[in-house]
Amino acid sequence: MSEIVIVGLNHRTAPVEVRERLAFAADTVGHALRGLRERDGIEEGVILSTCNRVEVCVLSEAGYKGVEHVKDFLAGFHGVPIGELSDHLYHYLGEEAVRHLFRVSSSLDSMVLGEPQILGQVKDAYGYACEFKSIGPVLDKFFTKAFSVAKRVRTETRVANSAVSVSYAAVELAKKILGDLTDKVVMLIGAGEMCELAARHLLSAGAKGILITNRTFERAVHLAEEFEGTAVRFEELATHLKRADIILSSTGSPHFILKRGDVEAVIRIRRNRPMFFIDMAVPRDIDPDANEIDNVYVYDIDDLNNVIETNLEERLREAELAEEIVVAEVAGFRRWLDSQQVTPTIVSLRRKFDEVRQAEVAKALSALGTADPKTRKVVESLASSILNKVLHSPIASLKRETDGRSPMEMVTAVREIFDLPEEEAEGAPEAAERAPEQGGNVGGQ
Amino acid sequence: MHTVLLKVTALFYLVGALAYLHFIFTLNERSAKVGRMLLLIGVLLHGAGFVARYFVAGYTPITSLFESLSFSAFAIVCVFLAFELRYHLRVLGAFVAPLAFAFSVSAAFLPGEVRALAPALNSYWLPVHVILLFFGNAVFAVAFGAAIMYLLMEKELKTKKMGAIFKRLPSLDVLDDINYRCMTIGFPLLTLGIITGSIWAEYAWGSYWSWDPKEVWSLITWLLYAALLHGRMTVGWRGRKAAILAIVGFCSILFTFLGVNLLLPGLHTYTNLSG
Repeated sequence: MSEIVIVGLNHRTAPVEVRERLAFAADTVGHALRGLRERDGIEEGVILSTCNRVEVCVLSEAGYKGVEHVKDFLAGFHGVPIGELSDHLYHYLGEEAVRHLFRVSSSLDSMVLGEPQILGQVKDAYGYACEFKSIGPVLDKFFTKAFSVAKRVRTETRVANSAVSVSYAAVELAKKILGDLTDKVVMLIGAGEMCELAARHLLSAGAKGILITNRTFERAVHLAEEFEGTAVRFEELATHLKRADIILSSTGSPHFILKRGDVEAVIRIRRNRPMFFIDMAVPRDIDPDANEIDNVYVYDIDDLNNVIETNLEERLREAELAEEIVVAEVAGFRRWLDSQQVTPTIVSLRRKFDEVRQAEVAKALSALGTADPKTRKVVESLASSILNKVLHSPIASLKRETDGRSPMEMVTAVREIFDLPEEEAEGAPEAAERAPEQGGNVGGQ
Repeated sequence: MHTVLLKVTALFYLVGALAYLHFIFTLNERSAKVGRMLLLIGVLLHGAGFVARYFVAGYTPITSLFESLSFSAFAIVCVFLAFELRYHLRVLGAFVAPLAFAFSVSAAFLPGEVRALAPALNSYWLPVHVILLFFGNAVFAVAFGAAIMYLLMEKELKTKKMGAIFKRLPSLDVLDDINYRCMTIGFPLLTLGIITGSIWAEYAWGSYWSWDPKEVWSLITWLLYAALLHGRMTVGWRGRKAAILAIVGFCSILFTFLGVNLLLPGLHTYTNLSG
């Protein structure tokens, strides 16, 4: 019976040296998906590859055998001995796999809880699978459901609502103080990795422009080219400061480069248009007392870290709510999956008996020799009516909503008793829909 | 009938205010929608009530204390809904809707029957003067709500302790902008209200200005808002300072409107507790 199987590794189970060997580049993923799909026993497949995880999700005929198939595929495709991999790989079957993908898409399994990129990456993986036709009805439904679960988690919990990195916290605060950033100017004083990152985030959040100053003017010019901003001489800082709404500072200066009085003077010139100072330097560049001036906000690195810490705690609390949503959604999807398993069973059950009926009718008709059309018709309808009556109750029990008992058990039993073949017809659910109406006139051909 | 209608709206405003408060605590979008719907229904009924009362009474029914309080609530809800429509500031509802409820519920406890109009009030100036001022006051009430939000938000940003407020309120910039826009709408309304009142006073009492307590307090209110608007235009008073002035200004409005009637008798004493 087909089952959803996920085999993969992530940042917790494998170091980057292993992850990079198993990663699928965008240009090889099509080839990989085709290879995966061609393997025996694998009906559908999707490959998710990010810098933190590589996961292969398949619909496989036989659960544990499917796991081995995928492991073989991973080892074979990347030319890595399977022995080196097995310690790092995890696998999930059936309901566990459903839960896993729902958690991954909702960013509950991410290195940074609630980070937003993963959903896009899962969507890309789904896109590739559609493009290379390695996905079928079950995984299609599975992934689509995963997206809606992720959306639910995003809207119903605050797991991704608050910034958990210094640079994002800076953007979040800037938006709360200054509102729309599109007409705001950033100023970068000194050069520090964190400041540059924050500046980048502010610019991509819409900030209008950037002024860059440095004790070594060449460095400022160089950075200004990189950011497409304007370089300003450090000695002229005071005259240019009034143009900046957000000031990021990280110089190596042993004392304040902006004292409270300097800031007071600037804010007066700006007619109280608010200023947001982000001081990432240790020792600090900006007099913390300036925070007491109206319309001036000064945050140092500790302040930002405190904001992040509070946000992280909130995310952890919200993640618990998110897990509850996932549990409910897994149960819902499981029911759909089960119903999917029943319909193909009914189809093959019917097909099997229909073959018997056709063979027997043919035999009876040839024994009758040249029977008149009326007799032929009687024989045919006799056969189909027996068939329909015999099949009525097993099909009814398969279709019945089973309470407490998994429909899988019933399906397994029926398949075993009637010795039904393992492979399923393409578009099985559709065939099953038609089957009941066919019942009355199958013999009429 | 119309009296019942005017009193019943208090219930809509109460439930509407509760829905907005629920929204600000839970951030459940549906609550904000319910709140808006309730205020909308309430304000339509309220408007219908005033129209009906106008025809029954034969004059603009904003003369007794009952009618004045009730009309204040009506104007506040109208202005709030207009602001919400324009700026999508649903959280503002949690600060403004309770105010509308407070006005309408205090009205509901006052005698509401239609009385004969005092002869001095029988004039075309009555609706002009009163409606201008009440809508001006309503705009300042919204500014008051935004100012409280501003101070709460500013406190969190200054003390760097981001809590529930930080996540729920809009940016300082937006709140300050609301303040400014309210001033630019409310101040002309207030000014015109005072001017029309003065012209009317010339007809009714024979003098443009007679230093009656209500006139004095209106002038004080006007000066406060004039100072705020002037400060903003010339030296860039904004943010905290503007928020505090908006709050002081609104307190002055409340005193002009209620305090003067109840405590300082004068020419304007048409509206007291007995009617």
